[in-house]
Order: sequence, then structure tokens, then C-alpha cells
Amino acid sequence: MHGLLSLLVWLPVGAGILVLLLGERNIVAGRWVALAATILTLILTLPLIAGFDTTTANFQFLESVPWVPRFHANYSLGLDGISLPLVVLTAFITIFVVIAGWSVIEKRAAQYYAAFLIMEGLMIGVFSATDALLFYFFWEAMLIPMFLIIGIWGGPRRVYATLKFFLYTFLGSVFMLAALIYMYVKAGDYSIASFQRLPLTLVEQRCIFVAFLAAFAVKVPMWPVHTWLPDAHVEAPTGGSVILAAIMLKMGGYGFLRFSLPIAPDASRELDMLLISLSLIAVVYIGFVAIVQQDMKKLIAYSSITHMGFVTLGSFLVYDIVRATGSVQGAGMGLDGAMVQMVSHGLVSGALFLCVGVLYDRMHTRQISDYGGVINTMPIFAAFMVLFGLANTGVPGTSGFVGEWLVIMAAFKASFWYSLLAATTLVLSAIYSLWLVKRVIYGPIGNDRVAALQDLNGREFLILATLAIAVLLVGIWPAPLLKIMQPTIHHLVDQAIATKIPL
Amino acid sequence: MTDTIMTWSSVQPAIAEIYLVVAICVVLLIGVFAGEKRPALISTVTMIALAVGAALTVAYGHVTHHRVLFDGMYVADELSYVLKLVGFMVVAVVLLYSRAYLENRNILHIEYYVLTLTALLGIFVLVSANSLLTVYIGVELLALSVYALAAFDRDSGIAAESAIKYFVLGAIASGALLYGMSLIYGLTGTLDLEQIAVKVHSPSNLGVILGLVFIVVTVAFKLGAVPFHMWLPDVYQGSPTCVTTFIGTAPKIAYFGLTLRLLAHGLGGASAEWTQMLSVLAILSLVEGNTVALVQTNIKRLLAYSTISNVGFILLGFVAGTPSGYTAALYYTLIYVLVVLGSFGVVLLLSRAGYEADKLDDFKGLSQRDPLLAFAMMLLMFSTAGVPPFVGAWAKLRIFQALWETQHFWLVVIAAATSVIGLFYYLRVIWFMYFDQPTGDAPAVVRSTGVRLVLVANAAAVFLLGVLPSGLLELCSRLIH
Repeated sequence: MHGLLSLLVWLPVGAGILVLLLGERNIVAGRWVALAATILTLILTLPLIAGFDTTTANFQFLESVPWVPRFHANYSLGLDGISLPLVVLTAFITIFVVIAGWSVIEKRAAQYYAAFLIMEGLMIGVFSATDALLFYFFWEAMLIPMFLIIGIWGGPRRVYATLKFFLYTFLGSVFMLAALIYMYVKAGDYSIASFQRLPLTLVEQRCIFVAFLAAFAVKVPMWPVHTWLPDAHVEAPTGGSVILAAIMLKMGGYGFLRFSLPIAPDASRELDMLLISLSLIAVVYIGFVAIVQQDMKKLIAYSSITHMGFVTLGSFLVYDIVRATGSVQGAGMGLDGAMVQMVSHGLVSGALFLCVGVLYDRMHTRQISDYGGVINTMPIFAAFMVLFGLANTGVPGTSGFVGEWLVIMAAFKASFWYSLLAATTLVLSAIYSLWLVKRVIYGPIGNDRVAALQDLNGREFLILATLAIAVLLVGIWPAPLLKIMQPTIHHLVDQAIATKIPL
Repeated sequence: MTDTIMTWSSVQPAIAEIYLVVAICVVLLIGVFAGEKRPALISTVTMIALAVGAALTVAYGHVTHHRVLFDGMYVADELSYVLKLVGFMVVAVVLLYSRAYLENRNILHIEYYVLTLTALLGIFVLVSANSLLTVYIGVELLALSVYALAAFDRDSGIAAESAIKYFVLGAIASGALLYGMSLIYGLTGTLDLEQIAVKVHSPSNLGVILGLVFIVVTVAFKLGAVPFHMWLPDVYQGSPTCVTTFIGTAPKIAYFGLTLRLLAHGLGGASAEWTQMLSVLAILSLVEGNTVALVQTNIKRLLAYSTISNVGFILLGFVAGTPSGYTAALYYTLIYVLVVLGSFGVVLLLSRAGYEADKLDDFKGLSQRDPLLAFAMMLLMFSTAGVPPFVGAWAKLRIFQALWETQHFWLVVIAAATSVIGLFYYLRVIWFMYFDQPTGDAPAVVRSTGVRLVLVANAAAVFLLGVLPSGLLELCSRLIH
């Protein structure tokens, strides 16, 4: 088992470099290399799932090699209950990105696949790094391929979108770096565990919390720093949108769970109202914004922001639950919900962006008004789109339900008003998702171009069917997922409610 | 006490300088007798001279501990040894990059090579200076060579203009340096930096502070820190690109040495005063360098303002005022030289006979015209911007760490914020290369395999040192302690 995580990180990166070296002339071989590498990466995650010990919150599959001895920074990887699901999700989703681009990407295809493969490795690195400096390196390095993906293969306003994306994210990350170095100077090494143990005064915690907030809020994205996301999504190629929505947004949520809560618990307790308010604004206000969108990708982008609002809401409910109920029992429910919501949103938003990609490849427009009555010409596609639309609204039986339900229940424990506001999403998401489906899928055939549409080909069917199965599986039987997370979430609650202020 | 009788062992650590003086004479003679007929010869001879110099320095110039020679005028330690080797290497790479450029413009003259070597000698003298007098000799030797280099393209009006600007302003700076030194000398009664270090202590008297101000002004001028930076963009833009490459790289090593020997060692007792002055200079440089670079349309000017902002970072290392801070500054300087060398290398490779290729627009669609060059430039730009996994990120990280260790909260915030502003213009270069189509009349890129190989090695170093930074970090910290 030793070295498995390293293999997961470096296999895709190596394959990416290989594809790049094969070049545009050998693109057929390059494509197969890309596909083989992503599938192999997913297969390599199976021993992780099988060998994962669900009774402990400790990091597993540990690897550690000194990296920069002078800074006591190690190349150390490991997984716990919150990173394992995200690693598997990354490996899972990237396969569809490769397949989705199969015959669609013609311009500089080798570079396209190389960028996605390298990014896959770096994303797995982000989730599995247990050393803060290593985490930071993966976290930032990952921006480079995404920057190029949007900039090279994106739509007409791609340069604006990708620069905005890069600058926003980098702005947040620089402050995170400053906070990490500060803690290194105090703690003497860069391991995340020693940061979590480090006693910090309230003032220090506040500053660190704000620095982390700058990095993670941009990534999630939270209102009001969300404006880069709709731009990036609209301009990105389908594969870019999928990775952005399914994986990269999760890093913000992951950051809150891995860094903000355990490292600055007292500041989190103090500032939890801020986070909860911003999350509720995202849920309600952005929900309304999503309704009026004319562009399918933009609509899904805004719906992503509301769904990620649930993640941040669930993460920071823990203090109010303890305050309201006076006990630690059930305080982790919001965190459970946040984690399930992340996995679910990864699947559903990825699937929806792939659906839009299917339509866009045929019609070269994303405007809702250009469609109508697609069900008449693409019945199989329509079935999938309806399913994912329903999953997006959180209908029971789909993965969307589990996470939202857990978070709303947790919100109810904390405060009636939170749950009331959070529950508006049930109405709002129904409006924007179902209205989207209604306008695009149902009704009479909108125009001649819709009439000429061909239904899914085998490649597209394979992608959407697999994702549909995953969405239903998590929706109907989330227990294994919850079981994997359980000990880690318990441990996280303990860390979050403990105080770190030195006496 | 130092030796009064000259023996081989008493001058051995100065082998690099002694050899270089001889080499300059030899190159000059060969140039005079054979140069104009066979201009290519001189380039080869100079390269060999540099290689031999580096080899001799490794063989005889290595010192493991601090040694003072020539009656306290000259110091040899491991820092100066390493910086001299770096100097040989950087100059060799600069000359390699410049040759095609010079040939295309018919200005492959011996003066270019001789002046580069005398400038290198100035650099060596500066990094080994242990007395105010040696410092001044080094500063002038370097500066006069560089003024002449800037005006080297005789037929270019803009080069002459920038050289005059550089010369006049540089003369004022030299005057300031001399005046500051005279004050320090008058108050301490010695030129020896080690004895000055003993006599100057905190809190300093007004005379020392006055002298200090003039010295800091000179250091700021030489490095190009705001508000003494006016010459820098004009000289960078006006000089022939190969000269800009030289000015942008090798002298920075010397000025790091100057700052370290003069301020950190000699006037270390007054560090409370000069760290304050430097922190103001650093903040101004970071802000002005990064914001003004945003609107540049000429890549040489853009890199000039980028230099100014990077100088801000180097000064921040000195502001920390601790060995850790000096280590950070040294590391930053070395990394900066490496990256700038590559960036100007790309600009040099892009230009051809009769065409400078120094507009940002010339980079449009480069990834399609010449993927390798564009890829190298992308790595270099990301590195300068401080994006991991490239080496520039470590340089910034090291500075941040030094600042945290000394509790400079606001400096960290300012440095972080301005580096995000700076990111935009580096990204813009990448945007032009990768996201834009080549403009209609964009000429094809000339291929010259050997030089491209060096450039690839240069860019690869930027990546490899970013992934495995340990060696260089350890080295820098050993050199300072």
C-alpha cells in the first residue's frame, strides 16, 4: 500500500507530460494515454476505499519524506474521512472530462488533455497533503492549468474570465500563505497537525481566520466574492466547467474543514455569525439571481453558489448547535451535511455541465431561448437532464437530497430562522432547475435547429448513465459515505469546540 | 593582523580578480590585433577566459573561513567565493545570449566583451570589499563600464540618450556615496568596515545618521529603488537588449554584496536607522513598480518596473535586519538573476536583424509560432510572479518568513497585496503568448539551437529549483551565517 497516494498524484501528472510530449501529431495515442491514465487512477483509489479504516480519525496511507529540511517541510501525504471521498470524486470526474472532450476538442488537443491530467494530479495532491506548505504548492500550482484551459479553449470573453479567476484566487491565497508562514514561525514546522495543536491568542486566531477566509471564500465561492465564478463557467470549455464546479469549488469547503475550524476554533466561534449570514445570503439571494439567468451555464453556475452556500452553512453551524442544545451530541450533523453536499454537488453540477456541453456541441449556443422541445428529438438525453435537474433541486432519492436535508436539520437544531431561510432553497432551486428543464426540454419544438438534433451517441450516453447511477446511489444509500466520514467529523467537532487560547 | 609581506598564500583568495585583470588585457590584445577581421574569435576567447576563470577560482580561490587580505582592504569568505562563481556563470550566459543579437546588428565589437569583463571585475571587487575605499573602487569600476556599455550601440540615438541619463544620475549618486563615506570616515577615523562596525553603535549620533542617509541613497540608486529609480526604465529600454540583459542581472549580485558589506556589516550598529529608511524605500518600490508596470507596452520597460518591485522585495529582506533576513535577500537576489536572465534571453532570441521585438504585441501568439520559447517564457513569468511550483515562490516565501520572524505585520500585508497587483502584468505576457492569435505581420522566430538549449536549461532550473529548493536554500543560509 505504501506509495499509493504518491502514485495517485504523480501518475496523472506523468501521463500529462507524456501526452504533451507525444504532441498534436500523435493525438490519437495521446487521447488513449489520457483515458488509460484517468481510469487507472480511479482503479488505484479502490484499494484506498477497501483498506480505509473507518474506526479512526487518524490519517491513513501515510507517506512522509523530508522535502525542505531547513523549513521542516515534508512531502507528506495521507487521507482521512473528509479527504478520501474528495480524492475518489476527483479521480471519478476527471474520466468524464477526458471522454467528454474526445471528438469535440480539435484545437491543440494534446495540450488540452495534458492540462487536465496534470490538474488531476495536483487536485489529488491538494486533498491528500498533510503538510501545509505542500498543500499550498498544490493549491497554487493547480491554478496554472485551469488558467490555460479557460484562456485557450474558452469562449469569446475568455481572457477577461480567466484573468479574473486567477487574480481573485491568487489574492486570497497570498494571505493564506502569509498566515501559514506565521504559524510556521511559531510552530517550527509546516505539518497541518502541528498547526492544529498550536496555541494561539484570540487576536492571532482572528487574523489567521480572516486570511483563510480570504482564500477559501473566494474558492467556494461565497457571496460577495463569487463574481468570478459565473464568468469563468460561461467562458470555460465544458471540461473546464466540470472540473471547476465538481472539484475546485470543493477545495474551499475542504479548506474550511481542514484549516479554519481546527486551527482557529475560537475565532470561528466568534465569527460564525458572519459565515452563517454570508452562506444564507448565498442560498437565498443567489437563488433568486439564478432564476432570471438566460444562459444555461450561468444558471448552473449560480445554482452552484447556492449549493456551496449549504456547505459553508453546514460547516459553521456547529457552534450554534452546541449553544442551542447545550450538548455535543448531533453537533456534527451540519458537517456531515456539508461533506455529503460537496460530494453530491460534485456529481450533479458536473453532470449538468456535461448536459449543457452535449447541447452546446450540437447547437453552439447556451441561451435557453434558443432551445425548447428538445425531448422530441433527444428523448434519452431529456431523461438524463430531467434526472439531474431533479437532483439539483434535492428530490429524495437523489444525492442532492441527503446533504440538503442534513444541513437543514442541523440548521433547525441551531435556530428556527436559519432553517427557515435555508429551506427557501427547496422552493428556489425547484424554480430555477425545473424551469430550466421546462424551457429547454419540454414544450413544442422551438426551432428548426432543435428539430434537427441527434440524440446521445454512445460516448455521451456512457458518461451521463454512469453519473446518473452515482447520483442515485449516493441518494438512496449514503450510509457508506457517512460511515467513512464519521470518526473524522467527530474528531473535527472536538477540535472545533475546544479552545486554543493559551492560559 | 594581516600579512604585510606578499606571498602566494596571502593573495591566493583573490585569484579571481588577479586572473580577470590578466584576462582582460589578453582579450584586449587579441581584439586589437585580430578582432576587427574575425569578430567571432573574440567571443570564443572571452568564453574560454570565463571558463578558465571559474575553474581557477574553484581550484585556488576557495576559502572556508573569513580571511582578510591586503591590509584589511579586501575580504575573502565563502559568500564572495560563491558570488564570484555565479558572476562568471551569469556573464557567460549573457554573452551567449547576446552573440546572435550583436551579429545581426553588425555591432559585434571587442569593446562589448572587454567592457563586460571590466564590469565583472567591478562586481568581484564589490563583493569582496572590506573598506570604504574598495567599495568605492568597485562601484566606479562597475558603473563606468556599464555607462559605456549602455552607449555601446553608437548609431542609436536612444541608447546614447539613456547612457547620458545613466551617467549623469550615476555621477550624482557616486558623489553622494563619497560624501556619506567622508562623514563616516570623519566620525570613526577609519575606512576599514570591520573597525567601523566596532565604532558605530546604536543609538547613532546625528553625523553617522547623516552619512548613512547619503549611503542609503546610493544603495537605493544602484539597486533602482523608488524614488531613486528614474534612470532604470529608460536605461533598460534604451540600451541594446543584450546590454539590458547584463545590466539587469550580474550587477544585482554586486549591489547585494554592497548592501550587505556596507550596511549590514559595516554599519550594522546603526541598523535601527537604516532598516527604517529601507522599509520606506521598499514599500514605495513595491507599490510604484507593480502599479506602473501594469500600463507598459514595451517588454523591456515592463521588466524594468518588475525589477523595481523585486528590488522592493530584496530590500525587505534587509529590513528584517537579521541573518535570516539577509539570507532571504541573498536567495531572492540569486533567484531573481536566474529568472531575469531567462526572460531577457527570450527577448533576445525573439529579436532579429533590424527588428527589436521588444513590444508586448510581439509576443502575440508566440505559443503557435514557437511553442518552446513560449513555454519557457511562461515558466519564467509564473516564477517572477511567485506562483508555485516555480522557484520565485520560495524567494517570496523566504522574505515573508524573515518579516514574520521580526514581527513586521504591515510589511507582509503590503508585500502580499502588491504582489497580487504585479501578477496581472506577468499574466498578460502569458495571455498574449497563449490566448491571442499571432498578428498578421508577426515574423517567424529564428532558430539557433545552442542558445535555445541554454534557455531551456535556464527555464528548467527555474522549475527544478522550485520543486527541490533545499540545496540552494541551505547554501544561502550557510553563506550568511
